[in-house]
Amino acid sequence: MITATLGEKKAHARRRRAWLVSWMQVGPMAAVLLLLFALPTLLFLVVSFFDYDRVGIYPAFILDNYRDLLTTPATWRIYLSTMRFAVMAWAITLVLGFYIALFLVFHIRSAKTRMILFMACAVPFWTSGIIRTIAWIPFLGRNGAFNTILMKMHLTDRPLEFLLFSDFSVMVTYIHLYTLLMMAPIANSMAKIDKNLIEAARDCGASRFQIVRHIIIPLSRTGIALGSILVFTQVIGDYFVVKRMSGGQSASIVSALSTEIQAMQYPPAAASAVVLVIFVGILVAGIMRVVDVRQELAR
Amino acid sequence: MRRPRVREKRPATFYLLASLMGLYLLFLYGPMIIIYILSFQGPDGGVTFPMVGFSTKWFLDILKPKQMADIPSSFSRSMLLSSLVCILTVVMSVAAGLGFRRRFPGAAVLFYLAIASLVMPSLLVGFGIGLGFQFLDLPQGLFTSALGAQLTWTLPFGLLTMFAVVARFNRSYEEAATDLGASPFQRLRWITLPILLPGIVGVAVGAFTLSYDEYARTTLVIGSKNTLPLEIYALISSDSTPELFAIGTVTTVVSFALILAMLALVLRLQRRRTQG
Repeated sequence: MITATLGEKKAHARRRRAWLVSWMQVGPMAAVLLLLFALPTLLFLVVSFFDYDRVGIYPAFILDNYRDLLTTPATWRIYLSTMRFAVMAWAITLVLGFYIALFLVFHIRSAKTRMILFMACAVPFWTSGIIRTIAWIPFLGRNGAFNTILMKMHLTDRPLEFLLFSDFSVMVTYIHLYTLLMMAPIANSMAKIDKNLIEAARDCGASRFQIVRHIIIPLSRTGIALGSILVFTQVIGDYFVVKRMSGGQSASIVSALSTEIQAMQYPPAAASAVVLVIFVGILVAGIMRVVDVRQELAR
Repeated sequence: MRRPRVREKRPATFYLLASLMGLYLLFLYGPMIIIYILSFQGPDGGVTFPMVGFSTKWFLDILKPKQMADIPSSFSRSMLLSSLVCILTVVMSVAAGLGFRRRFPGAAVLFYLAIASLVMPSLLVGFGIGLGFQFLDLPQGLFTSALGAQLTWTLPFGLLTMFAVVARFNRSYEEAATDLGASPFQRLRWITLPILLPGIVGVAVGAFTLSYDEYARTTLVIGSKNTLPLEIYALISSDSTPELFAIGTVTTVVSFALILAMLALVLRLQRRRTQG
């Protein structure tokens, strides 16, 4: 009896010590994230209730900033326009990313070829997003490469105007920038699928379509969820591509916000930041409810 | 008797998906190749085709400090900042990756904090940090607020990479080391870190390039002296010469050189392991 409790105590102490080691190991990262992410986020939550005028901002607890924000039709218009971009970019990168991952994981037989092709897709991601964005300008422009090719091939006799500085060029840039964010997590999930499962399904007479529909898609849902989170949040958080590639015709949630910040109107900017954070939070939480990303990442 | 391996015939979907892959790569690299070519535009040429001669004028222009932008000094600032971000990210992510192998109270909170930091619209991170520095009356600068803002971006990436690296690590090597009398430090120094090294190199290069190209989190907290991406950002609205493309070519070459060096290093590490 006594020895049992002693043993229990020892095990307890050992577990405590193990926790302590883990806490020390994660400590520096936790400190940085708390100090430079959590705290600043709380700060603009607080500032969103402050009062302001042309001269400065004043500590207060007023809801005017939120009321002004939510009753302005422009706010809703901008959210709608950004969501339209986000859903379109999500759908296209999902289809593209899924099929490219499928090809790399299940159709390429040599590991070396797979590695090379994957690197070919991944390397541009590690180069400047600004440069990759403006790279489309000489390609899509009025006298750009694409129009020149079309005219040389006599597919059109005058340059297409809608290619650049339009919703089209914004969309093209998003797909260019973010397809990898969808493709890589999906490929990662697919690589974990046991190949014997596919064999078994085929032996049982499943068609290729059925294999994709009933085995591969359900088993790569973590990757799909993770990729969706990344693409959605990147497009919603974007302000550069919209500003640069729409030619000033479209605004995004964050580009409107940055205008307010530049005008030093911190309380209303903070209010719209809070609304955006809640919006993104609900979206991400919704996706994470469908798939337990953490559970599957640790696998 | 060994049967020669019969190669299964490729299904039609293979060719369909292969062409999709080809088109995607063309889409990925096409526009970038065009700006590389245009950066060699002749001195009288513009920002679109046709090429009017061929010159390296635009590359030489980068080196001249101008009123609007000083590319060489912003480049060295970026290099310095990215190196520091890289070192801090590697140390913190590797430590945290090892820490997460055990269950401990608070693990879920920290995980979601990292995910939140990753998905938070970038500009808002800078906004919050900027407000904090203003309230505390701290000076904003490269190695204070900008460094902090970039860490909120590189640390979650480092942590997620370490999850993947650690998941493939077989813990019996560590147990064997302990059984043979290794101290915890010896085990870490001679067993765990060498085995994880290729993954750690990946974290390092990832952190460096993410920091080197970062602009959305940094822009509101950089203070008075810009990093390279912010300098390019400022240049875009004022300049419309092929110099912009030349800058793009140079920064891409820097990124590529880094990635190739990493690949070579990882391959060498792996070869040494299979031989040793």
